[in-house]
Amino acid sequence: MSSSEADSELIRLTAAELAAKIHAREVSSVEVTQAHLDRIAQVDPVVHAFLHVAREPALAAAAAVDAALAAGDAPASPLAGVPLALKDVFTTSDMPTTCGSKILEGWRPPYDATVTARLRRAGLVILGKTNMDEFAMGSSTEHSAYGPTRNPWDTTRIPGGSGGGSAASLAAFEAPLAMGTDTGGSIRQPGAVTGTVGVKPTYGGVSRYGLVACASSLDQAGPCARTVLDAALLHEVIGGYDPLDSTSIDAPVPAVVEAARQGAGGDLRGLRIGVVRELGGEGYQPDVEASFRAALRTLESLGAELVTVSCPHFEYALAAYYLILPSEVSSNLARFDAMRYGLRVMPTPDASAEDVMAATREAGLGDEVKRRIMLGTYALSSGYYDAYYGKAQKVRTLITNDFTAAFGVADVLVSPTAPTTAFPIGEKVDNPLAMYLNDLCTIPANMAGNTAMSVPSGLAESDGLPVGLQIMAPALGEAVMYRVAAAFEAARNAADGGPLIQRSNGLEATV
Amino acid sequence: MPESTPDPAGGVISRAEVAHLARLARLAVTEAELDRFAGQLDVILQSVAVVGTVAADDIEPTSHAVPLTNVFRPDRIRPGLTQQQALSGAPESELGRFQVPRILGEEA
Repeated sequence: MSSSEADSELIRLTAAELAAKIHAREVSSVEVTQAHLDRIAQVDPVVHAFLHVAREPALAAAAAVDAALAAGDAPASPLAGVPLALKDVFTTSDMPTTCGSKILEGWRPPYDATVTARLRRAGLVILGKTNMDEFAMGSSTEHSAYGPTRNPWDTTRIPGGSGGGSAASLAAFEAPLAMGTDTGGSIRQPGAVTGTVGVKPTYGGVSRYGLVACASSLDQAGPCARTVLDAALLHEVIGGYDPLDSTSIDAPVPAVVEAARQGAGGDLRGLRIGVVRELGGEGYQPDVEASFRAALRTLESLGAELVTVSCPHFEYALAAYYLILPSEVSSNLARFDAMRYGLRVMPTPDASAEDVMAATREAGLGDEVKRRIMLGTYALSSGYYDAYYGKAQKVRTLITNDFTAAFGVADVLVSPTAPTTAFPIGEKVDNPLAMYLNDLCTIPANMAGNTAMSVPSGLAESDGLPVGLQIMAPALGEAVMYRVAAAFEAARNAADGGPLIQRSNGLEATV
Repeated sequence: MPESTPDPAGGVISRAEVAHLARLARLAVTEAELDRFAGQLDVILQSVAVVGTVAADDIEPTSHAVPLTNVFRPDRIRPGLTQQQALSGAPESELGRFQVPRILGEEA
């Protein structure tokens, strides 16, 4: 076998398989890392999943894992030696962190995010930083200041967003694992449209320290992978209490790896699965709905009991979200003031600080970020506060109440992850409201803070593109969610004759 | 925020109001951007105004998914950034400090 054939096998393995081979010393972490770096060099000129590739630091980290294993040390974690792609919103002391924005071009943070530090400590190899909508605002990765990422299934289409780079890196076999952040669906919707797995943990389940803030009450970091078990393995590495994040939950990480292994057995008897009546119908692509109905039949065949639940206030979730999120954004992004770090534009040699701020923010921020800052400024201004922000906060309470009632009669809830499959690049970029509708199904879980994930549910009939099934569970209910996801994944793989992602895609024809 | 004046086009936000928002948010937007943003923000605001139709007078607002009040930690000295690290991203620095543009007007 030639080395390129061996490489192309390595990049198609799961993280769990790679870890087993590395820990048994059948293959070195350096070889695995090199195979992925080679793949990135081959396909990323087309995909553009990465904003920064950290070749030397990655190979050094891999060599350190190999040396420890050679010395007889136990692996630092079940994923030690496995490469990972990190969304460019987590601070990294040895790599730039831009959040997809010109205002942070070339910025080298002086510290690691807690997630970054935990990944390093667990022996994961960070391949580089992935593309994203600027400051995580968007559903297509077209709002990156560094150009869009392309969907590996069809390179004329969007990979979802904001974490399109992380999801595309998985679907393009550039990385077996990736990290994302989910404020309104930025992990789950890219997962759905790239045929990968994306998990939004319970709010507070993964530290936000060093995660550049979009909307602090909604942001949550989570794992992205090609399989449910891989996501679970990564979830346990990154999760858990962090005293540096005051909103971190001081409770044990749910036993998601065990749940994923149990779920793969395919027995869902005794579980009640709630079908949310409001998440479907008008605005949904017909074959996305067909895929969803097929998923329901699969879940039923695994022994689950289906119940229909009503969450009447989900209808208002999108509107409330686009008041709460911009309000928090307008406050959080005030820190980009050209004083201590990042871009500084001097409009005239003796310009005042205020003029420098305004000129810098004008030059350094993109349209979507500006729109949301202005929306938030409006919603928080006196005279409008009660009608907009105040009312949205009350709707948030009603959405939480809807979830509480639904979880009274169902163990998990399901819906499509996104209303459509991946749309063509450029189609919605000038129509903000149409773009916002991508997040229709994912936003409620961010508003209430409970956990939710997307798992591949097959390909749409009309366009052959991936569709995602969303599974939602109560706060800290990750175990039951992963169990259902793993059972569903196993049933799909059995029906499809293997994971569909291995049969992708539009990429090989274009590189 | 100035009083909202009825927009002849029937919108909820005028171009002048958007210009005012941009000033408040320290965004030196161009005239072309104002034209574009005014229309887009008007469409978005008309859509999100639907929250006003939800009956919620007696509902408590939620600002945060996790009901937290104060979170305390022991008051212990721990390492922080060095001066050099803190200044590493500064656009300009002098004598170990951030150098910033003047903050007062000429007359001050």
